[in-house]
Amino acid sequence: MPGPGPAVSPAAGAPPDDPSPAIRIDALHVRRGSTTALHGVSLTIPRRQLVGLIGPSGCGKTTLMRAIIGVQVVQSGTVTVLGQPAGSAGLRRRVGYVTQEASVYDDLTVRQNLRYFASVLGAPRSDIDRVLAATDLTCQAVSLVGALSGGQRSRVSLATALLGSPDLLVLDEPTVGLDPVLRVELWNLFHRLADAGTSLLVSSHVMDEAARCDRLVLMRDGAILADDTPRGLLTATATDDLEAAFLALIPRGSGSPGGPSASKPRGASTPAPPPEHHPGRHS
Amino acid sequence: MTPARTLSTAGRVLTQIRHDPRTIVLLLVVPSLLIGLLAWVFSDTTVFDQVGPAMIALFPFIVMFLVTSIATLRERRTGTLERLLSMPLGKGDFILGYTLAFGLLAVAQAVIAVAFAVWVCGLEIQGSLVLLLAGAVADAVLGTALGLLASAFARTEFQVVQFMPLLVFPQILLGGIFLPRDQLPPVLQTISDWLPLSHAVDALRAVAADSQDAAYIAGELLIIGAWVVGCIALGSVTLRRRTP
Repeated sequence: MPGPGPAVSPAAGAPPDDPSPAIRIDALHVRRGSTTALHGVSLTIPRRQLVGLIGPSGCGKTTLMRAIIGVQVVQSGTVTVLGQPAGSAGLRRRVGYVTQEASVYDDLTVRQNLRYFASVLGAPRSDIDRVLAATDLTCQAVSLVGALSGGQRSRVSLATALLGSPDLLVLDEPTVGLDPVLRVELWNLFHRLADAGTSLLVSSHVMDEAARCDRLVLMRDGAILADDTPRGLLTATATDDLEAAFLALIPRGSGSPGGPSASKPRGASTPAPPPEHHPGRHS
Repeated sequence: MTPARTLSTAGRVLTQIRHDPRTIVLLLVVPSLLIGLLAWVFSDTTVFDQVGPAMIALFPFIVMFLVTSIATLRERRTGTLERLLSMPLGKGDFILGYTLAFGLLAVAQAVIAVAFAVWVCGLEIQGSLVLLLAGAVADAVLGTALGLLASAFARTEFQVVQFMPLLVFPQILLGGIFLPRDQLPPVLQTISDWLPLSHAVDALRAVAADSQDAAYIAGELLIIGAWVVGCIALGSVTLRRRTP
């Protein structure tokens, strides 16, 4: 795609007036091994927004994202993505996913990786140069991925997810290990994608990244603490930075009978999970 | 499942191997080296002419089993398999792509091993060289299919390497290489009748001695083919889009 700067193409195939949210999760329970990873999570992610999923590591962000992609075995609850059940065949071309560990082939060059994934997705060849430019990897295109730095490898993984211009991007900590300049550039890219009509869910455990999102979902111990705009969160908690807002929410969220939904910012459409989900939970 | 996705998967696997020249050399040369060593050990006896055809069945089988099981285990562990299965890639595309790529390597390996055994080591082949080659390739593809299946039951590289003695050694012991199959205890003889490597050894020996007609060889190769199809079908069941 020609034009100044890393090009962003609008998400293809999304009917502009489709009323269903990007993601709707209802009473999702997930166990991983002997621990409960998600305790009846209910959540709605709107379309065409950049939504941050914020919480300490081990709080269930990755499990939630895996459930949205449809690669996670769930115990109960429903996950609907772009109006279809998560993991349906119709979504496999419309949802891009970046795992925390770069899941690309170390023994291929950057371009060979992208060429293979593009052919699996049925994405046009021209997409390869577009995503290389968008992730600032054009100069590394002929390098073996195994020879790249950690930050460059995770950008190859991100570039792969951008192939085919998916309607929804689920990115698990995409900016870990990147230098500040590149981090800002990637967040700018995420904003451009959202402006062009892509829905994004981006996880992070860094609070200063949270401020850059249209909307924030705060997670802790497998439950949602809050779901609001950054400004709404500050107002609700009467704090003036997000770190303090997060801290202010924790005592209310853990252990109280109302559970994590006690905080005001939860959407009115998502009812509080019944209290029986909480006994026996270690916090 | 589409031919385009299967072929691009096979192409991708071959490109990965191309970036690893040492593996290519080992794949292509090791079976010939071992066959050469065997011929040297038995140089003053007739043993090589009896065991040689069995070795042509054995080495491609073992090498392909190891390479394939480790390659697919690596895909499971690095998350690339999960990524592919969240994309519009059919499970059949994945498995057939691997089978095609390693099957092609197996052909190259078998050609070199057969040529070395016959023209360098002086292995006497009364029957058709093409049939001998077909048998060797079938064995290599069998190793690929078994390796794909075995990788589903291993979580680490250490485990998958242990599957080699578990799945391969009994077949060597019961395959009529050490003792003719009709001299085995009855129970073991029945088990040996069901194992694919036994039929591979029988087929290659029959070609070497020209003791059976082509229909017999084809029947033996068909049994190996049935094992390949069975392993591939089972292997695709073990590829799960959702994991715990």
